[in-house]
Amino acid sequence: MLNEEIVIKTNKLTKTFGDFTAVNAISFEVKSGEIFGFLGANGAGKTTAMRILCGLLSPTSGEAMVAGYDVYKENELIKKHIGYMSQKFSLYENLTVRENIEFFGGIYGLSRKELKEKGNDLIGRLGMEKEANKLVGSLPLGWKQKISFSTAILHQPKIVFLDEPTGGVDPITRRQFWDMIYEATDAGITIFVTTHYMDEAEYCNRVSIMVDGSISALDTPHQLKEQFETDSMEGVFLKLARQAKRGE
Amino acid sequence: MKLFFSFIRKEFWHVLRDTRSLVILLGMPVMMMLLFGFALSNEVKNSNIGILDLSHDESTQLLTNRFDQSRYFSVTKNLTHESQIEEAFRKNELRMVVIFPPKFRESLLHTNQAQIRLVGDATDPNTSNIMINYASAILRDYQNEIFGEQKFPYQINVESSMLYNPKLSSSFNFVPGVMTLILMLLGAMMTSVSIVKEKEKGTMEILLVSPMRPLMVVITKAIPYLLLCFIDVLLILVLAYTVLDMPLRGNILLLLAESILFIFTTLSLGLLISNLVDKQQTAMFISLVGLMMPALIFSGFMFPLENMPLPMQIISNLIPTKWYYSIVSSIMVKGLGIKFIWKQTLILVAMTVFYLAVAMKKFKIRLE
Repeated sequence: MLNEEIVIKTNKLTKTFGDFTAVNAISFEVKSGEIFGFLGANGAGKTTAMRILCGLLSPTSGEAMVAGYDVYKENELIKKHIGYMSQKFSLYENLTVRENIEFFGGIYGLSRKELKEKGNDLIGRLGMEKEANKLVGSLPLGWKQKISFSTAILHQPKIVFLDEPTGGVDPITRRQFWDMIYEATDAGITIFVTTHYMDEAEYCNRVSIMVDGSISALDTPHQLKEQFETDSMEGVFLKLARQAKRGE
Repeated sequence: MKLFFSFIRKEFWHVLRDTRSLVILLGMPVMMMLLFGFALSNEVKNSNIGILDLSHDESTQLLTNRFDQSRYFSVTKNLTHESQIEEAFRKNELRMVVIFPPKFRESLLHTNQAQIRLVGDATDPNTSNIMINYASAILRDYQNEIFGEQKFPYQINVESSMLYNPKLSSSFNFVPGVMTLILMLLGAMMTSVSIVKEKEKGTMEILLVSPMRPLMVVITKAIPYLLLCFIDVLLILVLAYTVLDMPLRGNILLLLAESILFIFTTLSLGLLISNLVDKQQTAMFISLVGLMMPALIFSGFMFPLENMPLPMQIISNLIPTKWYYSIVSSIMVKGLGIKFIWKQTLILVAMTVFYLAVAMKKFKIRLE
């Protein structure tokens, strides 16, 4: 499903807090329908970069376009065209599955009718007909994460940002979760994902690795492994992360 | 607008499904009203008193009966000797003892003079004072009966009247007090905790990346609490009227309007707190210790402000509860209109605007 339309483009994007440069002149492009892995050790500046792209933070300098909108002036428009799922679990525990879907769909402006249809459709696809009216708090973590991802793409955003979506989940559920991600790309949604699991990095079309606020490597997993002469993404990551001077 | 309502509906689900907060929101006002109304009263009701009757005549019998029948006292012990008084006080059996000297009626009728001693347990000075006053009133009534009103050509008659609260009912004092405390506590604490909870759980982040305006996120979170606090005001007023016989002398619409203003004040304090902290416990702690304590001390509800040293009186002006308490008691007890409370009202408005402005400023900084 890859085509050449570019949905994220940054040019020397920089963010400083006081005299600390969290993100240092990063430039990259993400194509429509791509799964773009955004890797880096803790404190490398991933979260800050992601917050800028989501329209939550204003950059200090440089340029960035997301879904065709400028991060300086059109961040409210960006918010309409992206989905977001954070590493912290992000559904309301004392709302039912259906209420969560309807609420989060609702804040992206879906009509009541659309919500009903999409909600039913989604619950059917997840096979959660029995659990639809149960409180989310009573469900296992893996299920919550699947619902969380599904609600993040319910309004069919151009791009969905996933911030360590599979933290604390067992390998089987992680595998299933990635199946859902592939399905979403089939529907034309671009995935921008951060992760600490190197096997997940292998699933990405292209991977960038941030070290100390800068992007030190960006390519397909296959090319990266050749470039750094190892047989796993873990090897690539370790070689790069060892250069880091910044602690956590 | 549709969005607005779906947000508010979500917020109600949160509140209604959280039994603990629901119990706090609706149970606390009822509990406090009943506690203050029946348990924590400083009124004297059926206090145990003893009689040391050394003359045993018609008059002392009659007076003893009068004491026993009054709603303030019940005669639980007849003493025979003065030495028993202290013992009874020490055992906490009696609060006051009435001593009739020997030949009470005789000297009353023949010399027109008689002595009675009232001995009170002044461990609690206020109560003891009140009891002595009530007892003197009973004795005065009796005296007037047998001598008639005008016995002497020259006489200073002291006639005291307690304006606004002739029965000296303590509910006149605590109903406005409970209203102030409940609104302060619930308004600030529940709002701040519910917002900080979203921060803690990570749902706030999701809301902020959504197309919802941050301001709207915060406002919609406060609205259910506005409504619930208003229900609490009504609940307290109904309880005050039905169970505690507290009159509402002023305009009820004015009272409700002022209450809504004060709820806004407390909600904006809640917003301010929620922008300063990131943990639910911290928010709760700040609300309880940082707001509840000053509210209790400086509202004038438990401790009269006039008796405080000057620095504390000055501090009390900064506490919103003082002004609301004064508004509520002016309207409910004295029946005053806006003409007399516009100053307090303006101060509350100014405080609310100030808190909101600071909260919004902090909120923006946090987002940047």
